[in-house]
Amino acid sequence: MNVDRITEKLNILADAAKYDVSCASSGSDRKNKDKGLGNASNGICHSYTEDGRCVSLLKILLTNHCIFDCAYCVSRKNNDIKRAAFTVQEVVDLTINFYRRNYIEGLFLSSGIFKDADYTMERLVRVAKKLRTEHNFNGYIHLKSIPGASEELMREAGLYADRLSVNLEMPTEAGLKLLAPDKNRQDMIDPMQFLKKEIIQNAEEKKLFKKAPMFAPAGQSTQVIVGATSESDEQVLQSANYFYKNFNLKRVYYSGYVPVLADQRLPALNTAVPLVRENRLYQADWLMRFYGFQVNEIVNNQNPLLDLDIDPKLSWAIRNMQVFPVDINKADLLMILRVPGIGLLSAQKIVAARKFARLGWEQLKKIGVAINRARYFITCNSNEFEKRDLTGQNIKQFIMASSQSKYIKNTQTQLNLF
Amino acid sequence: MNTLVYDGTFEGLLTAVFEIYERKLYPVKLLKGEWRNSALFEEVIPVVTDEARANRVLRGLRKKLSAAGVQRLYISHIAEVEGEDCNVLGFIRHVFDSDQNIEEDYGNRYVMRLSEILKMVRREKHRMEAFIRFQKLNDGTFYAAIEPDFNVLPLLIKHFKSRYADQKWMIYDIKRNYGLYYDLHDTQFIEMDFDELNKPVNVIAAYSEDECVYQSLWKNYFNSVNIVSRKNTKLHVRHIPKRYWRHLTEKI
Repeated sequence: MNVDRITEKLNILADAAKYDVSCASSGSDRKNKDKGLGNASNGICHSYTEDGRCVSLLKILLTNHCIFDCAYCVSRKNNDIKRAAFTVQEVVDLTINFYRRNYIEGLFLSSGIFKDADYTMERLVRVAKKLRTEHNFNGYIHLKSIPGASEELMREAGLYADRLSVNLEMPTEAGLKLLAPDKNRQDMIDPMQFLKKEIIQNAEEKKLFKKAPMFAPAGQSTQVIVGATSESDEQVLQSANYFYKNFNLKRVYYSGYVPVLADQRLPALNTAVPLVRENRLYQADWLMRFYGFQVNEIVNNQNPLLDLDIDPKLSWAIRNMQVFPVDINKADLLMILRVPGIGLLSAQKIVAARKFARLGWEQLKKIGVAINRARYFITCNSNEFEKRDLTGQNIKQFIMASSQSKYIKNTQTQLNLF
Repeated sequence: MNTLVYDGTFEGLLTAVFEIYERKLYPVKLLKGEWRNSALFEEVIPVVTDEARANRVLRGLRKKLSAAGVQRLYISHIAEVEGEDCNVLGFIRHVFDSDQNIEEDYGNRYVMRLSEILKMVRREKHRMEAFIRFQKLNDGTFYAAIEPDFNVLPLLIKHFKSRYADQKWMIYDIKRNYGLYYDLHDTQFIEMDFDELNKPVNVIAAYSEDECVYQSLWKNYFNSVNIVSRKNTKLHVRHIPKRYWRHLTEKI
């Protein structure tokens, strides 16, 4: 093994892959087979980079040679950077040896498009096949499905991989046309449609025959870049909602655009990464998936942008003061979930605990409710509650004054740079 | 106030519960360890662990709690979180003093505290599953040293055994001086005598040929995936507190 050469390749191809934010290694249920290596179930973050993102998978490109010229991508054809390519065996060896040392949960393999879609996809599938069949590797494998690849290859990929994903890249078709003129949105949607069909069919087969082979047990996900084009949060979230509903996606990832290239179509190179916006989008995404919110309750014509000062749940609450205060000891779970300062686990604990005794402030605090936010919106087993007739704006001011936003400092340092 | 001293085992704890109810010792303080070392001016009652009595209490608990509830109680105890014996005892008393199953009575301070302890212990267990870094030795064994906040090694058996079924491995808790060894068939607890020259941290001499290569590749990978323009040290340290760094290949 030529250590220096492998090291160089790893540096180039890990660096090129890092803008893909998907890191999940959960949702699969792959058992260790015949005393082989590994299993995949709940997902583990094995490390965290200095930017605070988790490292769960060996996330690399097979190659950063690419025939496309997408404006937002470091690996674009006309970008003057070092190019490299791994052999199939090199990726297999790295994965196995990292996995054995408990560095990773598995492999996330993507690639630039060299020659054509099928040629690229075939190589990705070959890596996964080798890991599964020759090395009895049962760890997590996430493969990119290359837009335009044939259905036979996609089907084979699904047999070896836990998760497959196609990146939509831009939230809207117009955005994609502007920045990636070579790419076609329909080419990205086709494989999603195909995978959705296969996954559903596989689930049916599983019901009939327990031994039916697994097909992408961790489902499919996608990623959109925000802040590179001028889409509003409403457009981004409507689009995410559409894909959740129509393609049974497990996750939509939002990637705050990191300026990597000078291009007049893109934000300037010294633009700060929209970290707060990205965070608010994820919060909104969680509200849609776990808290029973409809997308148009979070963003709509009157409020096309998420409030950057406060989280989207609080933002919704102060626009809808007529539904509060909520009686913690009586309201149903779905209503309690809508109270700012009460999370999923706290809400479940509240509903379980109130069967034994009515809950007061002290207990709510112990259970983990953020009282400084929730107190404006609830009543509980106590005579003390917010008696003033406050407007939504008042509450926003009080909460912002009493809590230290982790972002205020962040924004200042970002401003100070320029 | 009566002070009870027991041997620190789960059976010991259950025996203590038996004594408390049998002799109506309440209010009571429960301590772990040798009774001789306890405070001079208190009356100290040593608890002699008794399997039959412990089993009676356990049967009682099983009647009042779900199987998962008993398991949770057991985990909260064996993890040896310091100074929590009285809360565990409070929980058990609450179990016996109620007519119904009180597992979800989070308004009760003992039930809530037990759920907090369990959360701490599970987080530590999960951290070990994430942060353990095996080093391949020249006899083919994969070795890792750990210093967890709580005694979570027994909770790690299932995860590592079902994951690394085809390699020999050893996880050694150097804080509590015992380890877990898997020989391709089964796991067993072991204690090793490390003399000065052969400290568990000085395993570099026993590395397999390619160990340094993969460590260096991993460090390279770790640095390559960082996005400098998104640097967020506070978040980084919150996810990997500094006390874990000394055993993390990428942070050494």
